[in-house]
Amino acid sequence: MHAPRLLFILPVFLSILLIPYSASASETFLMPLGPVAEEQKVHFFWAMALTMVAVLPVFILVPVILFKYRRKKGHGFYAPKWETYGPLEVIMWGVPFLVIIVLSVMLWRATARLDPYKEIQGVVPPVKVQVVGLDWKWLFIYPELDIATVGELVVPVHTPVSMILTSDTVMQSFFISALAGQIYVMPGMTTKLNFIGTKTGDTRGENTQYTGNGFVDQNFAVKVVTDEDFEAWVKQVRTGGIVLSPENYNRLAQRNTKKQAYKVLGNSKMPENTLYFNLPGTDLFHEIVMRYHSGKPLSIEEQPGTRKFGRGEDDAEGAQP
Amino acid sequence: MNNLDYGWLGKLNWDSLVFSGFLERPSVSEAVASVAGSIVILATVGILFLLTWFKVWGTLWRDWLTSTDHKRIGIMYIVFAIVMLVRGLLEGMVMRAQQAAAPEGFLYADHFAQLFSTHGTIMVFFVAVPFLVGLINFAMPLQIGARDVAFPVLNQISLAVTVSSGILLMVSLVVGQFSTGGWSAYPPYTGADFSPGVGPDYWIWAIVFSGAGTTLTGINFTVTVYKCRGPGMHLFRMPLFCWTVLCASILMIFAMPPLSVAALMLGLDRYLDFHFFTNDLGGNMMNYANLFWLFGHPEVYLLVLPAYGIFSEVFSTYSAKTLYGYKSLVIATMCIAILSFTVWLHHFFTMGQSPTINIAFGIATMLIAVPTGVKVYDWMATMYRGRIRFTTPMVYAIGFLILFVIGGLSGVILANPTVDFQVHNTLFLVAHFHNVLIPGVLFGILAGYNYWFPKAFGFRLNDKWGKRSAYLWFAGFMVTFFPLYGAGLLGMPRRSFSYADLTFKPYMIVAFIGAMIVLAALISLVIQFIVSIRDRKKTQVPVGDPWDGRSLEWNSPAPVPAYNFVEIPKVTDRDAFTEAKEHGEAYKRPKVYRDIELPKNNPLGFILCVVSGILMFALVWYIWWLALISALTILVAVIAATFRKETEYIIPASQLEKDTEAWLALVEKSEAVSRDLEDSPRNVGLAKLEI
Repeated sequence: MHAPRLLFILPVFLSILLIPYSASASETFLMPLGPVAEEQKVHFFWAMALTMVAVLPVFILVPVILFKYRRKKGHGFYAPKWETYGPLEVIMWGVPFLVIIVLSVMLWRATARLDPYKEIQGVVPPVKVQVVGLDWKWLFIYPELDIATVGELVVPVHTPVSMILTSDTVMQSFFISALAGQIYVMPGMTTKLNFIGTKTGDTRGENTQYTGNGFVDQNFAVKVVTDEDFEAWVKQVRTGGIVLSPENYNRLAQRNTKKQAYKVLGNSKMPENTLYFNLPGTDLFHEIVMRYHSGKPLSIEEQPGTRKFGRGEDDAEGAQP
Repeated sequence: MNNLDYGWLGKLNWDSLVFSGFLERPSVSEAVASVAGSIVILATVGILFLLTWFKVWGTLWRDWLTSTDHKRIGIMYIVFAIVMLVRGLLEGMVMRAQQAAAPEGFLYADHFAQLFSTHGTIMVFFVAVPFLVGLINFAMPLQIGARDVAFPVLNQISLAVTVSSGILLMVSLVVGQFSTGGWSAYPPYTGADFSPGVGPDYWIWAIVFSGAGTTLTGINFTVTVYKCRGPGMHLFRMPLFCWTVLCASILMIFAMPPLSVAALMLGLDRYLDFHFFTNDLGGNMMNYANLFWLFGHPEVYLLVLPAYGIFSEVFSTYSAKTLYGYKSLVIATMCIAILSFTVWLHHFFTMGQSPTINIAFGIATMLIAVPTGVKVYDWMATMYRGRIRFTTPMVYAIGFLILFVIGGLSGVILANPTVDFQVHNTLFLVAHFHNVLIPGVLFGILAGYNYWFPKAFGFRLNDKWGKRSAYLWFAGFMVTFFPLYGAGLLGMPRRSFSYADLTFKPYMIVAFIGAMIVLAALISLVIQFIVSIRDRKKTQVPVGDPWDGRSLEWNSPAPVPAYNFVEIPKVTDRDAFTEAKEHGEAYKRPKVYRDIELPKNNPLGFILCVVSGILMFALVWYIWWLALISALTILVAVIAATFRKETEYIIPASQLEKDTEAWLALVEKSEAVSRDLEDSPRNVGLAKLEI
């Protein structure tokens, strides 16, 4: 009998591993910086707790049944033809059903409330950010401020952020766990993401959809800062930034990581592996989206993210043992 | 370069060989690839040599490769699945090693990407599906009292294309590179613009051909269940396994075509410059995501339903009790089969559709938890008031019960779009689906393997090593995948060959230790097999009923003769064989012996296996002349096969009489053993009544 007993002790013991052991990981919704992630976290624990109503009986009753009705030394009543019992059937169907009804109501309300497309009502108007997914970096355009960055997203605290996103390569998934969760970005199409930071602090964002060799480096620092710090940062970007001309955009959109792009476009006024740009006044985001709607086929050379588009800088690819 | 510009060898050249990579830029990553390629070549040569050495080509050809016997086809499916399982597991271990060794690591990013792509593709399409199809092939016709499946030659063809697709995947280890787009192969990443190599083409053709095989299998099984049941075997008298097979087969028929269509459309994009899923000219990858998951979600239930069926048989048999809530279980199975078609969108809650759509699909997803919960409770009630024996299949089943509900729990959590926005595409998801597929499907498969093995080969598998393996599987599974839940909650994306945040490192190291325990589990499975063969004299069960079985398949000698039953038993109730034993109807001499007609051997399956393999290879490498010739050969072979007039042979009554009398004499002189002696040499397959 020692073996079956082992069976039930092990999961309990090992479930301890489930508990994220370190709070130092700042890129998780378990350490939220805003209400969206906070609510997602609360919802997560509620869903787990409610489902436990249906799950716990299994954990408790299976060992009891096994012990009582084991063939050797078991002392349970033996009823080989017992195959149905009305009240039990009702409980079996009823309890999970009730749990699911409660969960469904919660799901309905939470999903409607946390719709990523819904603008967040704050005391101040939202900061607009246009996000472009490239291989293998994210470009953040602040259209109202005429600046753009790569590798760093800075937003003022207590100010809603209203993002519109697209991709200028394959499909990617834009993810800031501590603030908002994720949304797919697709070429020629736009998606939206709204959130607000209510705590100042640093976290990280990334791409969660595999897109090739540089995929794991496609992350960026996220900073929720005070209004004064934000002003100062905008100034810093303006003074340090280079013009995001079509030529510079094409160099940026090549198939490389932000580290490699920094070597090409960066200068000493920008933090390491971070790029600052000034916008020349064109609606770059719109142009990127409309690139795929010309009604004509795009050759490989015209498509960012293909090997041909980034010709010449592709040599180091994969050589990352 | 135009597609037609390639020469006689298509895209093939010296650089396509895996070894050239190692010679040109030696590294650990290339060495791993070269070793894998060498194993494939050496294993092939070794097997061919051994077959020749032992002069078994004749037997192999007559009894196996050309056989139309559902039991032998089933066994071939399983052998194939086990080979692929070994490869899939080893790939999983290499990936775990890489992530444990990261950020440094030893694999190139694209090598890692190939590994997760083949691992997923293999485990789903070439392990889970064929293993289950094999078990179904073996057991289902016996359980319903049929002589064979409805279409024996079609069965052979299904096996043929599945195996040739699997071989194609093996070839991809040696020649060229596999896709890096994951098992779901999302375009536009897998389109010609972004993945110009042969990788996605390997994926496409393996999926299209094996998918066709699975669709045909679904048709075959459905017709068999509807049309080939023995006398008195009403639908509601079928063992629950047959019900789950019926549901899974219906899923096969309706779920596989969207996948085949999606893969072929991707193929049209890649080969003929179509624009279904490209970035430009109105291509839209969201259509692919819809089609793929329209298949992908039912696929999960296609796998897990037959496993539920196996567990139902196991719980009932080893609790020595009729299945509790049979009708509930049937209804629950049907509910799951139908609901499985209504939830596919939960695989992309984050694609930007309106919350209303997410709510509808989220609730539909959660609803599946209801019938699944009912099943779990029904199995518990089956053990309640039983006499539970802790045999290997039962240990797997109990482990399943405990671990699977954890997977169910994380499934319900994932069904919430709000939460999914956070854990989608992270290791939490990876942990979840392994938590469902390993306890649900793999444990079911292994339980079925231990359960039916004596029926197929006439001797029992070693119980001690079987249990050891089961415990190692439990421990290995938990230590590998529970940490991934944690890492996923902390935001680690799936498919990361490396990571910058060292927070993840301890999780990955623990997961690697888990992978090593899984390796130990795999090794103990091998040991169990070897030990069982060594001890087979002591574990023979020629009478055929080693577990005091309850359904018809135990009502025949082990191994089962080609014709299954001399006289198809007449069924009067559920648990047909238990009924027969209790009423003294079992082991009765038939009143008259009649000749039996059985389908003849047919080389068509083997021919299609070889030629479709060549066709796929030619298509992958743009060798057009070869593709054309092999496509024509397939056409000719199939048409020629329809001209065979003599498709059946007769087993004469005299032969049947001789066999049966010998078996009945054996029954006479054998000792009926109590269940306490189940694992002793005295158990020759005759069960003592214990009411």
